[in-house]
Amino acid sequence: MPNKEAYDDHVIRMFLMAAAIWGVIGMAIGVLAAAQLAWPALNFETSWLTFSRIRTNHTFGVIFAFGGSALMGTCYYIVQRTGHVRLALGKLALFTFWGWQAACFLAMATIPFGITQSKEYAEPEWFIDILIAAVWVAFGVVFFTTLARRRIKHIYVANWYYGALIIAVALLHIVNNLAIPVSLTKSYPIYSGALDAMVQWWYGHNAVAFFLTAGFLGMMYYFVPRQAQQPLWSYRFSIVNFWALISIYMWAGSHHLLYTALPDWVQSVGMVFSVVLVMPSMGSAANGLMTFNGSWDKLRTDPAAKFMIIALVFYAVSTLEGSSMAIKSINSLTHYTDWTIAHVHAGAIGWVAMITIGSLYAMAPRALDVPAMHSRPAMNLHFWLHTSGLLVYLLSMYAAGAMQGLMWRATNADGSLKYDFLSGLIATQPFYVTRFLGGVLVLSGMVVMAWNLWHTAADARMGDIKPILIPAPEAIPEPVPDQTPAPLPAKA
Amino acid sequence: MGLKYKHWEILEKNAGLLAVLIAVMVSFGGLAEILPLFNDAQTVKPAPGIKPYSALRLAGRDVYVREGCYQCHSQMIRTLSFETQRYGKFSTAGEYVYDRPFQWGSKRTGPDLARVGGKYSDEWQRAHLLAPRDLVPQSNMPGYPWLAEEKIDVADIKARMRALRWLGDPYTDVDMAGAEDAVQGKTELDALVAYLQGLGVTVIPPPIGESR
Repeated sequence: MPNKEAYDDHVIRMFLMAAAIWGVIGMAIGVLAAAQLAWPALNFETSWLTFSRIRTNHTFGVIFAFGGSALMGTCYYIVQRTGHVRLALGKLALFTFWGWQAACFLAMATIPFGITQSKEYAEPEWFIDILIAAVWVAFGVVFFTTLARRRIKHIYVANWYYGALIIAVALLHIVNNLAIPVSLTKSYPIYSGALDAMVQWWYGHNAVAFFLTAGFLGMMYYFVPRQAQQPLWSYRFSIVNFWALISIYMWAGSHHLLYTALPDWVQSVGMVFSVVLVMPSMGSAANGLMTFNGSWDKLRTDPAAKFMIIALVFYAVSTLEGSSMAIKSINSLTHYTDWTIAHVHAGAIGWVAMITIGSLYAMAPRALDVPAMHSRPAMNLHFWLHTSGLLVYLLSMYAAGAMQGLMWRATNADGSLKYDFLSGLIATQPFYVTRFLGGVLVLSGMVVMAWNLWHTAADARMGDIKPILIPAPEAIPEPVPDQTPAPLPAKA
Repeated sequence: MGLKYKHWEILEKNAGLLAVLIAVMVSFGGLAEILPLFNDAQTVKPAPGIKPYSALRLAGRDVYVREGCYQCHSQMIRTLSFETQRYGKFSTAGEYVYDRPFQWGSKRTGPDLARVGGKYSDEWQRAHLLAPRDLVPQSNMPGYPWLAEEKIDVADIKARMRALRWLGDPYTDVDMAGAEDAVQGKTELDALVAYLQGLGVTVIPPPIGESR
């Protein structure tokens, strides 16, 4: 008897489109901010267009609006597919969509007007923070209820990462944003000075760890085997990496405060844990890449797989770099310079955006009930725009960062400083121009993706799609201890 | 590998247990690194001479926070010789106990400001904030001309001081009573310049008998 129950893909389609739109908006603001550093006249002497007001709109827009929408959409997709179950609490799931969009819109609309806590990556004021917390808890309820109703007994590893994302981000967001409101638009954090710094970077670093790493690893663990059409290289390895990653990451935040007034012992602990993090990070990257063993030809034939493979390479590179930058002697050179900006964008444009784009290209046709994306050449064009933009961006900012770090510490024979601060800024100007060009390339790639998704969704927009039925219940074989996977069938 | 698959099976098949274990595993780091700081005298005790911000400087600090200055200017001189040569004595935690939020920053597109107080005249600071390239042609800092037009809201600043007092900052009744006169008629630019000119001017005696 066939199963009549269908997957709930409506909310997923909405998150998919929201991610594409926020991606374009967030990156466009980033391009404007980059242009302002190269040509300060572009601040237009207008408060809400000024660099210091809109740069946080760029970070919030790409991390929480673009990344968050992509995470929630893929999470709802994966938890249904890996559990053979319809998404629980459909109305609450819809609330998480509209609530998240409302929170992102409110944040993006208030930050340029100076309504900000000025805590990095936690800028929105208290009333938006409360909405974010409410939506996040609802997201957790929908996810864990769906998980509890699953028909497949074993919880697939992708869900572990999404679970960790939900639990850890709830903890981080609430603890870091504890504040006393003075008015609707102003609050003071309950922490001050060095304590506030520690709490903020415990949050800030783990926003990276759980929002930008754990969540996107969940995406990776589902869509990479799917796209490689091979089983995960090592399932047990993914589980070992999971526990190592989530427990070690939480200790690493203080590496953002090396050589500062934070007590030395906390700096050292953060540094040591950051170095240990190399292992689960490289482990996760290796596990994803090795999954392509035997199907590397997809690097030529499948644009979505291309995005995923390059994403994994950048995940490996940027986490290795991150652990290196957490070593005090290296940090003394890179900290406060554009090297930090390069590192962040190797992670953000290289890893986060590329695994998201690859996953969206893999998920969209299935969620939109079409055989493939509207335009395959457009996917390839997007890949090359994105990758070349990324490289131009990174080369500019690494060069600028290394140069600034070296100029700031250069001394004459008598021990006096060789350069004043302004010399470093003047030397950086050309790199700000090339970085802007890299940003333009990445942004135009996103516009191509949005166009492609819009056309792929033509049927869905007309309401002309049929829901996907959940597979009929059947006995699923239990995993056998130390099993060796059967060899793959020969290609037809 | 002596561990048989079965030992871990319970974790992989139980959503509730998985959630609880995740919550436990992610809690250790914060507990170990944050909680001790609440009782660390170096972190929470003001350095000698450090007092809560006066009404005018508090208003100026809040303008600094609102405009997002920390995105290009740090307020943290690291314990490195090329930093102390350029910016002055390295920063200590006791200088920051009244900073909500902390503004140490993470990127220097412009120079560090932890000890900028008194380095330039008030007139220079005012002109520079309004139109930076009039004074430093190669600068890429935005101008903030609107600061000269906006007046400080007296009632608002008193509410802010009350909130800070409630959080434990030792404002006296005299401080509270004098707030009105201190900010009456002042612009945001006046307040921001007052804030900047007070940054790092308190001389901090070197820590005695401290190994760090």
